[in-house]
Amino acid sequence: MAYKTIIEDDIDVLVAGAGLGGTGAAWEARYWGQNKKIVIAEKANIDRSGAVAQGLYAINCYMGTRFGENNPEDHVRYARMDLMGMVREDLLFDMARHVDSAVHQFEEWGLPIMRNKETGAYLREGRWQIMIHGESYKPIVAEAAKKSADKVFNRICVTHLLMDESKENRVAGAVGFNVRTGNYHVFKSKTVIVGAGGASNIFKPRSVGEGAGRVWYAPWSSGSAYGLMIGAGAKMTQMENRIVLARFKDGYGPVGAYFLHLKTYTQNCLGEEYESKWFPALTEMVGKEYLDTENQHLSHKPIPTCLRNHAFINEVLAGRGPIHMVTMEAFQDPHLEEIGWHNFLGMTVGQAVLWAATDVNPKYENPELTTSEPYVMGSHATGCGAWCSGPEDVSPDEYFWGYNRMTTVAGLFGAGDAVGGTPHAFSSGSFTEGRLAAKAACQYIDDGKADGIVVSAKQLEERKEEIYKPLETYTVGRNEVVAGTVNPNYITPRQGLDRLQKMMDEYCAGFGVNYMTNEKLLLIGLKKMKVFEEDLEKVAAENIHELLRAWELKHRFLTSEAVFQHTLFRKETRWPGYYYRGDVMKLDDENWHVLTVSHRDPKTGEYTMAKAPLYHLVDEADDKKSK
Amino acid sequence: MPTFVYMTRCDGCGHCVDICPSDIMHIDPVNRRAYNIEPNMCWECYSCVKACPHHAIDVRGYADFAPLGSSVRVVRDEEKGTIAWRIKFRNGEKDMELLAPITTKPWGKFIPDLAEVDGPTDEMRSSHLLFNEPEYIRKDEGDLHTLESNGQKLKEGVYY
Repeated sequence: MAYKTIIEDDIDVLVAGAGLGGTGAAWEARYWGQNKKIVIAEKANIDRSGAVAQGLYAINCYMGTRFGENNPEDHVRYARMDLMGMVREDLLFDMARHVDSAVHQFEEWGLPIMRNKETGAYLREGRWQIMIHGESYKPIVAEAAKKSADKVFNRICVTHLLMDESKENRVAGAVGFNVRTGNYHVFKSKTVIVGAGGASNIFKPRSVGEGAGRVWYAPWSSGSAYGLMIGAGAKMTQMENRIVLARFKDGYGPVGAYFLHLKTYTQNCLGEEYESKWFPALTEMVGKEYLDTENQHLSHKPIPTCLRNHAFINEVLAGRGPIHMVTMEAFQDPHLEEIGWHNFLGMTVGQAVLWAATDVNPKYENPELTTSEPYVMGSHATGCGAWCSGPEDVSPDEYFWGYNRMTTVAGLFGAGDAVGGTPHAFSSGSFTEGRLAAKAACQYIDDGKADGIVVSAKQLEERKEEIYKPLETYTVGRNEVVAGTVNPNYITPRQGLDRLQKMMDEYCAGFGVNYMTNEKLLLIGLKKMKVFEEDLEKVAAENIHELLRAWELKHRFLTSEAVFQHTLFRKETRWPGYYYRGDVMKLDDENWHVLTVSHRDPKTGEYTMAKAPLYHLVDEADDKKSK
Repeated sequence: MPTFVYMTRCDGCGHCVDICPSDIMHIDPVNRRAYNIEPNMCWECYSCVKACPHHAIDVRGYADFAPLGSSVRVVRDEEKGTIAWRIKFRNGEKDMELLAPITTKPWGKFIPDLAEVDGPTDEMRSSHLLFNEPEYIRKDEGDLHTLESNGQKLKEGVYY
């Protein structure tokens, strides 16, 4: 096929994927590199791409340092507790000390942030959340990114990172194709900041048929952050830490504002509070350090997200479902009722559509909740992603190798879902991580670390052939059968996705098995995944749109394989309610109070797993007392 | 709740094709109008609905759980800086109109051009500050938070 090769050369900072992380990176890079060449490559259109495409009704990470509300260490402790201790506290502290400046700039650019009329501070939904009218959150930050970038390439599906051939383990740019023209795009760049997304649709979703797109995280979140970086040999961390969400049934409408602002609460089908009865047994499983209901109640510390899921799941299994959200009290107040609806329209319109279609008026009826299929990402209440360096003034030696947010591949940086161990960053924290990565990338270039990069024509040619192979497979195989999608020579991207989702669900703790797995199941799953990898070489694409789906599937596969490997490695049940290792049902701090770090050899596909030490913030005053 | 396009309203302008985050709004080669080529990859994000200058795109609830007959329509106006919604229930008992701001400023006018602002000093480069910091974080004279300034340290091990 006569697709053109379009080469963009001499790029300093390439942003691969421009959601909130990528737009933050492109924006800030211009300040530290006023004469540098900054280019964005984005699969969709940056005005409406990434997880925030449809808008947000809250910014979930804002310290309020300006108003004397919180300090960075407060947020670190919160995220640590929510994730059962497994976080990178250096990266979290760094994000939290900068995040407010991003939010204040958003407001200056025009983002409507609600104010508390009495105090003048931002209107709080919860301790970390502020309320916004964020329908145009993404177009607004995209405007900023466009202002900074030299060029924005929309509709480029980035498939691979380019590697330097003069120096081992150094990035040299990226390649991909235009999903409209089909042209082959080469971006030769000194640094790459991966702002691509986490993964939806790798576990079998609860929805079926037409509704399969009704996932909690955007269906276009194809795990490309991980697919790209794992493919380049970057080390990953905490990939076992998938997240399960308790949300409104079918529409997956958000519950944060309902719980925190509208003060709604949950009950079982008998109208009873159900959570607390599961806590004593749960405390046995995870230990008093992680769930001490008496003291937690006294200190008003929130119960970790996964543990609340655990109570939900078990109450349903005990036959007392469905779990309802009690809205009938709050919705009697017309102001709160309006907020309840605005909350959906601003970020999950589908939930409003569903309630309209099923005549659910939350004023007179308590809607049903459900627990979702698992998702793999790194910016909500979970911390999957690349093993990245922290900042030198905060990070201990094991967490520091020169440049903030740089992965273990030289010149390759991450932001948002791409960075591991940094949950609870959300939109504002992801944007902030992009800014931090951009400053570090400019420094990396100024230090001469990107000098002498070599990319041969051979590397470009090989990637090109690889990218278009699914089109070739289709052309060659299709005429062997009369018509239809059943073919002995290939599978379609959809067929591949269905198989992946089934394997993940059944062997890697999806909703279909009540989030349960064990070593035996994981080993069977991994064996099937290896065979699936062979079949992925035979995925066929009828057209350029299907070629996009084929490459999304390959990124989802690499993500899923890492999830399998990490889940197998961590021999404990660290997050009951996210997933269970049936063979080791207890949290085991003796052996597993560590971060998991993986490396996939890009040449052989072999995985190596390792433990990395956990460092926690300690109050110096308290620490002295304890000695 | 995948999107669909009304035949008589669409003129094939392609705004929806340009904006769809999922790459599923395409122009039908026979009718020269847009349609949703892959409903099971639609997130009901309404980006195309909002972008359509002819209000030709609507949404019909996902067939696997949403009955027919209700409606959620929207008009987004960048000039006025507002978004207007109308929600009609299937049984006709609820018909709501909701209005929200989408921006407080003229579009894109208040975003500085960072190529034109005073560039960072060497001191700033060697610090941990980002653009506009520390004044955009705190109103007082204070500097960026560090472990030291906040009386914290990082320590390896298990303890809380």
